[in-house]
Amino acid sequence: MSEGHDTDQDHGHQHPKHELSYYAKRIYAIRDLLLEKGVITDKDIQCQVEYQEARSPANGAKLVARAWIDPAFKARLIGDPKPACAEMGIDATSINEFVVLENTEKVRHMVVCTLCSCYPRPILGRPPDWYKSFNYRQRAVNDPRGVMREFGLGLSDDVAVRIHDSTADIRYLVLPLRPKGTEGLSETQLAKLVTRDSMIGVMDALPALPPS
Amino acid sequence: MGRAVKLPASKFKAGDRVRVKFEDRPGHIRTPWYIRGKTGWIERVHGDFLNPESLAFGGDGLPKRTLYLVAFNQSDVWGKAVGSKDKVLVDIYEHWLSPAV
Repeated sequence: MSEGHDTDQDHGHQHPKHELSYYAKRIYAIRDLLLEKGVITDKDIQCQVEYQEARSPANGAKLVARAWIDPAFKARLIGDPKPACAEMGIDATSINEFVVLENTEKVRHMVVCTLCSCYPRPILGRPPDWYKSFNYRQRAVNDPRGVMREFGLGLSDDVAVRIHDSTADIRYLVLPLRPKGTEGLSETQLAKLVTRDSMIGVMDALPALPPS
Repeated sequence: MGRAVKLPASKFKAGDRVRVKFEDRPGHIRTPWYIRGKTGWIERVHGDFLNPESLAFGGDGLPKRTLYLVAFNQSDVWGKAVGSKDKVLVDIYEHWLSPAV
């Protein structure tokens, strides 16, 4: 059922109506071959799409908010992240090795994969396109402060920056600093301050609740 | 930092100074170009992992290789102009490292 062989739309699933790019055509052709040969089923694809979509930065935000309010949980999360994720109902078992990097007033961590797009998907979902761009992958290592500035984080010289290039089996999650003046907020409200980008480390957590 | 996995078989320990080999060869390599030939120190021993240079070509990845978190001063990697306190930390397999003074 490769794209282009069959213009009528009357055979079970929808084909996009606009012209497809080269890579899109290729991926549809591979999908159709796998279906035709019975390697996978439509249901497998649907399940996988739903599984991928279910993983989102909300998972990471839950972990961070809990770590902010519960020092014992924070110690467990940093000491051995996977069981701590399981406590929160987050399945991180597909990560080979998982390391949490705690930001402080004097140290900011930032994560990149200069080789491709390694990313803690069970915790943060799919990586943003910019994370996979050549521009970010190059500049994250040779101008991290410049990248952070563009994300709105200006660091003074007495703050040290630690860039983690995740080139292998380790997946890194940044534990951002808890913003000042958030003592009165609930765990759910705190989680709203924890952006995806703050867990990649290119910016801090939001200083105040976004308008709902 | 998280749990430090200390394995008796590993060649280096935290604090050891190491130099990344300056090699180039075809195939799947996980040591980024910009860090080859640079000197840093072991920050953490991650543990033993299947060798991706074998896995990438349908191999079994054995023997496993010790993977290290290696830290480098940004100024040593990119030159003096870059922030003196800043560091880049790269996960590097043991066979890419040699001892340094």
